[in-house]
Amino acid sequence: MLSRTASNLYWLSRYVERAECLARILDATYRLSALPQGYGSQTNEWESAIATAGSAASFNENYKEANERNVTEWLAFSPENPASIRNCLEIARANARSVRTALTGQMWDAINSAWHELHRYDPKRITREEFTRFLNFVTEASVRFDGTSFRTMLRNDAYWFSRLGFLVERADATARILDVKYHVLLPREAQVGGPLDYFQWASILRSVSARTSYHWVYRDSVKPWLVADLLILNRQMPRSLASCYENINRYLDDLAQFYGRHGQAQRLARTTTSRLENGKMEDIFQSGLHEFITQFLIDNNRVGNAIGDQYLI
Amino acid sequence: MHLTVPVRPAYQQLAHWLDTVPKDVLDYRREEAEFIFRRIGITFAVYGEAASTERLIPFDIIPRILNRGEWQKLSRGLEQRVKALNMYLHDAYNKREVLRAGVIPEDLVFGNPVFRPEMNGQQVPHDIYVMIAGIDIVRVDPDNFYVLEDNARVPSGVSYMLENREIMLRLFPELFVDHPVAPVENYADDLLATLKSVAPVTSSGEPTVVLMTPGIYNSAYYEHSFLADKLGCELVEGRDMFVKGDMLYMRTTEGPKRVDVIYRRVDDDFIDPLAFRPDSMLGVPGLMSVYQAGNVTLANAVGTGIADDKAVYSYMPDIIKFYLGEEPILKNVETWRCREPDHLKYVLDNIEKLVVKEVHGSGGYGMLIGPAADKKTIENFAAKVKASPEGFIAQPTLALSTCPTFVEEGIAPRHVDLRPFVLTGRDKTRIVPGGLTRVALSKGSLVVNSSQGGGTKDTWVLDR
Amino acid sequence: MRIRIAHETAYRYDTPATKAIQILRLTPRNHDGQYVVRWRVEVSEDCRVEPREDAFGNITHTFTVDGPISELSVRVAGEVETHDTDGIVRGTREKFPPSFYLRQTDLTTPDKAIVDWADEISGKGSRAALDSLHAMQSHIYSNFKFDVDATATSTTASQAFANKHGVCQDYAHIFCSAARHLKIPARYVGGYFLRADGIVDTESGHAWTEAFLHDLGWIAFDPANGICATEAHVRVAAGLDYLAAAPVRGTRYGGLGEDMAVKVTVDQAGRQSQQQ
Repeated sequence: MLSRTASNLYWLSRYVERAECLARILDATYRLSALPQGYGSQTNEWESAIATAGSAASFNENYKEANERNVTEWLAFSPENPASIRNCLEIARANARSVRTALTGQMWDAINSAWHELHRYDPKRITREEFTRFLNFVTEASVRFDGTSFRTMLRNDAYWFSRLGFLVERADATARILDVKYHVLLPREAQVGGPLDYFQWASILRSVSARTSYHWVYRDSVKPWLVADLLILNRQMPRSLASCYENINRYLDDLAQFYGRHGQAQRLARTTTSRLENGKMEDIFQSGLHEFITQFLIDNNRVGNAIGDQYLI
Repeated sequence: MHLTVPVRPAYQQLAHWLDTVPKDVLDYRREEAEFIFRRIGITFAVYGEAASTERLIPFDIIPRILNRGEWQKLSRGLEQRVKALNMYLHDAYNKREVLRAGVIPEDLVFGNPVFRPEMNGQQVPHDIYVMIAGIDIVRVDPDNFYVLEDNARVPSGVSYMLENREIMLRLFPELFVDHPVAPVENYADDLLATLKSVAPVTSSGEPTVVLMTPGIYNSAYYEHSFLADKLGCELVEGRDMFVKGDMLYMRTTEGPKRVDVIYRRVDDDFIDPLAFRPDSMLGVPGLMSVYQAGNVTLANAVGTGIADDKAVYSYMPDIIKFYLGEEPILKNVETWRCREPDHLKYVLDNIEKLVVKEVHGSGGYGMLIGPAADKKTIENFAAKVKASPEGFIAQPTLALSTCPTFVEEGIAPRHVDLRPFVLTGRDKTRIVPGGLTRVALSKGSLVVNSSQGGGTKDTWVLDR
Repeated sequence: MRIRIAHETAYRYDTPATKAIQILRLTPRNHDGQYVVRWRVEVSEDCRVEPREDAFGNITHTFTVDGPISELSVRVAGEVETHDTDGIVRGTREKFPPSFYLRQTDLTTPDKAIVDWADEISGKGSRAALDSLHAMQSHIYSNFKFDVDATATSTTASQAFANKHGVCQDYAHIFCSAARHLKIPARYVGGYFLRADGIVDTESGHAWTEAFLHDLGWIAFDPANGICATEAHVRVAAGLDYLAAAPVRGTRYGGLGEDMAVKVTVDQAGRQSQQQ
């Protein structure tokens, strides 16, 4: 397969997933900021959203204040933000167009329809209610694209590259949410059970759409260490770091077998996978949740670069 | 629905069917056709409009029909013409006997911007320059086909030939029961066989064929991806390939892979920034060195523009006679070359009756249709011709044949032309029975180009 | 006269390039006025250097280098024996009839200013062709200011003509443009020039032109020096314009922060220059 084709498939999935993650972050932020003052956090939720999206520096160049209007515009529609939802879907479709023949008809249809739908929203005139619909549309478009690729693609290298892009992006997004919010998950006697933290925990779960899953898995009220466990080590949870890496490892192995050659990408992914498989939450808290997440973001990035160097250029 | 004009025998059965089928059924199927086209995304970009514009070419569900006898004659003529084109190109880039014999004026070749000095003395595999030709044909009466234009560079439109047939088979299966329509779906196989047959002699084993596109912003990108899919070959851009030690490679997930044959849909000017336009981002630096070393085949060859230039066109009957010693089977439209003083005088005196074309123009741009133009337009155009006569040719307005077509008012005759595709390989010439029929949708119009509001039809060659 | 030439181009990259490809037109051929005694092409990196002849009869060398490349140098050196032929060029390798060189290119297509100038000099064709060519040569020589910063390799004849500033390459383009307009075949020539002022080290080669007259054949005009070519000229490559005769055409992949240094030494062999 052409390296560019593999690259287009990989980035197509990454951008679709990124658009969805942004939509979920925005949705969770809206919910949190809608709470009455007493329940709200001391921190500016809109600032957290920007930090989670990883674009604080360029946001501050373009805006004076992180408020609802500015952050919504920046993360959802801004042409200046290369990773706004709109740009993610634009780039995803451009990638899809370049690899039309490597996509199934349904996949193309999913991404092409999403692109047409995107252009029906006018960021200048959008109401709050419409914006909620917009976020729903983005989530659904991503689910549809993911579903069509899962159901229609041949299980060969094209499929594996597409999965890898999606999983590397997803692991990155989950880790970023944890990176920004890690402090509310730390065991701190004084505030545990306080109303403020409860809504923060709920918001984290919402941003990875795991509120229901949480209760099914733990059958317990929301507790911060369990939230951390769910997002980091729990392999039942599809957005957990452990689950992402279980699958990244699997698809990289499939590629290695298919091409008859292992490389740096496989070696790095195995290291991260076993660290997550053997990890315990106590140990992670002990040696520092923040340090753990920071290291994971670096490692995940390295895996992404190794995939790039090995296959995509 | 009744056809208001008399029809040729080949159409009689279809005319009867159109008469009997209820109008709402036809309307419904026309809508369905449009829906399918939009869904699969056959679009083209119109230059000069906003970059994101993607339009559908209107599709007319009434096919254009040729019978077996007509096709056989046409096909013999096409083979003859393309054979002569290839011999002429080989000669023009090597011994230049055609110039020495005075068949064509030297400056028409040497002074032509599309003559590529880089091809001088360059050997191309099996002496084939034009592997894929699209010859534009019109007919003016039952017995005569005229060539309107030769396309020997990167002719496009074949995806419409194939997709139009698919749509017709899907929407009107009953018509194919009564009409023995020769299939066209083997085109992709023929093309692949042709491309493989011209692989360089240095390629070992099964040659690797790729289709090279300028990228997703090209107006014909849909066709490029469609054909790559049908050929089962990689759709590459310049940046996917690189040159190393006189060989061409593409970057794959398994490492570099040698490329033997490029079906390139990128113009000469852009294929190698080290040989042609240095600012081109679409090409492969050093590609021409690999070509010169004989390690890659370009289809079509570089420099074929001197065969389909509008000024060279007028010499085609002489070219056929010179190389083949035969009379041309397909006629040329009478052409006045404004570069010749007596021709120029005639053109200026009769401009309101003529079609005047820019020698280097294409796609229906830079053209004057005398009878359809107002006085002011004619005067302006005449001034342009006078200023640089060598840039223009003129032809009579032909009484182009018409074909029944769906329009606002119902079914009415509209002018059509036909672009069959001629594939020339080392082993043989292949022509699938059919081609792209383009139709001028506005009444009386002679311009069929899609960029100027023309549409397409399926083309049927009946096996009887 | 025996002329000794060394021409080195050195590239240096801040971040290494991953690949490079170059086509060199840096090797002179023999003709009536010059004989190549010895000539070498050296590339600093391991690679195969493929010799070939281009469509105009020039010798080319093509090479590709795999990275990482932090430094790359291309050096040609040798000795050429020349003698004066009164500017008349004979015995060259010709792959086209002279009439081919009436062809204008993107770099030489004349604008109205060049057309008017050429028409005026030729007296609308009434003046003898040879006289017109000499007049054009001296006009460019006396009215244009040599200025390495005024133009680039992509500057057209018309732009340089309007500027009245430029380098030998621009003068050659203007000369070809005007000559072709007057229906006199003309071509661009790249090579080396042994300066009369004793300066042997420069940062570039030289460029001039050749025009064809039926009775005399090809004659070399050097508008930058205001003379027809002498034994001080070493002819390397000829073509329709700079692009066709460029000493180096190349591309690199990756490699940010390129630093390029060119050193050309043209000296009379046997003369002891200070450097040695």
